[in-house]
Amino acid sequence: MTTTATAATWIEACDADEIDEEDVVRFDHAGRTFAIYRSPEDAYFATDGLCTHEQVHLADGLVMDHIIECPKHNGRFDYRSGKAKGAPVCVDLRTYPVKVEGGKVFIGLD
Amino acid sequence: MAERMVVIGTGEAGMRAATALRENGFSGEVTVLGEEPHLPYERPPLSKAALTSEAEPQAAFILTHDRLGEHRIALLRERPAVAIDRARHEVTLQDGERIGYDRLLIATGSRARRLALPGATADNVFYLRNFGEALALRPLLRPGRHILIIGGGFIGLELAAAARERGAEVTVIEMAPRLLSRAVPAEIAALIAARHEAAGVRFLLGTGIERIEGAGGRHVVVLADGSRIEGNAILAGVGALPETGLAEQSGLAIDNGIRADADLRTSDPDIFAAGDCCSFPLALYGGRRVRLEAWRNAQDQGNSVARSMLGESVAHDAVPWFWSDQYDLTLQIAGLADEGSEVVARDLGAGARMQFHLAADGRLVAASAIGPNGAIARDVRLAEMLIAKRAYPAREALAAPGVKLKSLLAA
Repeated sequence: MTTTATAATWIEACDADEIDEEDVVRFDHAGRTFAIYRSPEDAYFATDGLCTHEQVHLADGLVMDHIIECPKHNGRFDYRSGKAKGAPVCVDLRTYPVKVEGGKVFIGLD
Repeated sequence: MAERMVVIGTGEAGMRAATALRENGFSGEVTVLGEEPHLPYERPPLSKAALTSEAEPQAAFILTHDRLGEHRIALLRERPAVAIDRARHEVTLQDGERIGYDRLLIATGSRARRLALPGATADNVFYLRNFGEALALRPLLRPGRHILIIGGGFIGLELAAAARERGAEVTVIEMAPRLLSRAVPAEIAALIAARHEAAGVRFLLGTGIERIEGAGGRHVVVLADGSRIEGNAILAGVGALPETGLAEQSGLAIDNGIRADADLRTSDPDIFAAGDCCSFPLALYGGRRVRLEAWRNAQDQGNSVARSMLGESVAHDAVPWFWSDQYDLTLQIAGLADEGSEVVARDLGAGARMQFHLAADGRLVAASAIGPNGAIARDVRLAEMLIAKRAYPAREALAAPGVKLKSLLAA
């Protein structure tokens, strides 16, 4: 068993069934805001909550497959990698590790 | 082979096209000609955050210096084009320099329509189109000031909201019997009007104006019935006109804007148009010729026209999409509501309302929604996708908040 200096602290975010498949919810913690996703394959992901273009919350946006679209200007990101998918967004989203245990979704923060 | 791409206009359409040329692998020269001293910036915030922010606003830049360099886009600022020599494939700049092109994009946008009223001058009526004008407006919007807004369209109403947020008194004078009569369904416009009234905006609807009097911070709008409304500043939002001057001068076909085909090509095969200045046929509505003054259209057409300039047949057919922010409300419209003959309403909760517009044969042609952005954005986006698919959704499904619009997409 090894430890790393940046080991994540796991924070309980929500119940796993609170998020529909191919959907997203908002999670706020310690003054920060996140978006937590459930993919069509029933996997969970997390990113920063605000779009990198105009500070709009992505949890109000639409999830299609692995893409989250910003509700304001349709900036698109792959929520698995945080990668910006073209104009008007060009700055990637930060992503966070996620695990599901006992029906709860946990997000790993450092 | 086209090696030299020249873009006239540094707005959303021009800059998107310049960038998209690179994204599509073009490696020749890209030159963009602009009038303004600033780096290219986004215009939507000018009537919103740029007016209401506490701090002195910064323009929201579309591209940074670094990004321009990365994309090898040569941006010539304060060097507007004054003529196009189509035979020689050259654009003449104000300073006399000539720039050759293989393909030329005209993305000159639109300008604020001026009031045609006795007494209206550049000194006593404010308009809002560029960053400099937003900066000039800001200090007027403060407590103790009474702002007279002529025009109950989007710009007028966004200005009214901004002025109230900054504590100024506001009167909006509109000639038509209701607000937003050109683009927004009556029921939605009524909800917007109610929000403004709750915020203390006074509306004079169905009200003609005779003339404007006064100067130096004391202005009078004289109404058609002879009554006089006094205020500290007059702002006009009475529509926009396409900037077609250059195109007209050079003999290109004009038809409520620069006439383009579905590939956004003008009557000259080497010249293209995109954005507010461009009139084009929309296949989605049977080839109806439209000109769209909207941020999203500028983006969509910028993307399409770049591919078209590179020789692809693009048949641009994006769903028109429009938004406006006023107070805590966002209005979004996908499609063209006037294509519909029947309305189906849906309650989105949180005070948000949506209307679907169906054509006579039941096809979904548009959707309009008003409410907090978070309560409407997803459903309008899904409606937009249904419109793009030329879907015929069941009325009962559209009306039932429990039926997810996403489920209709798969049908």
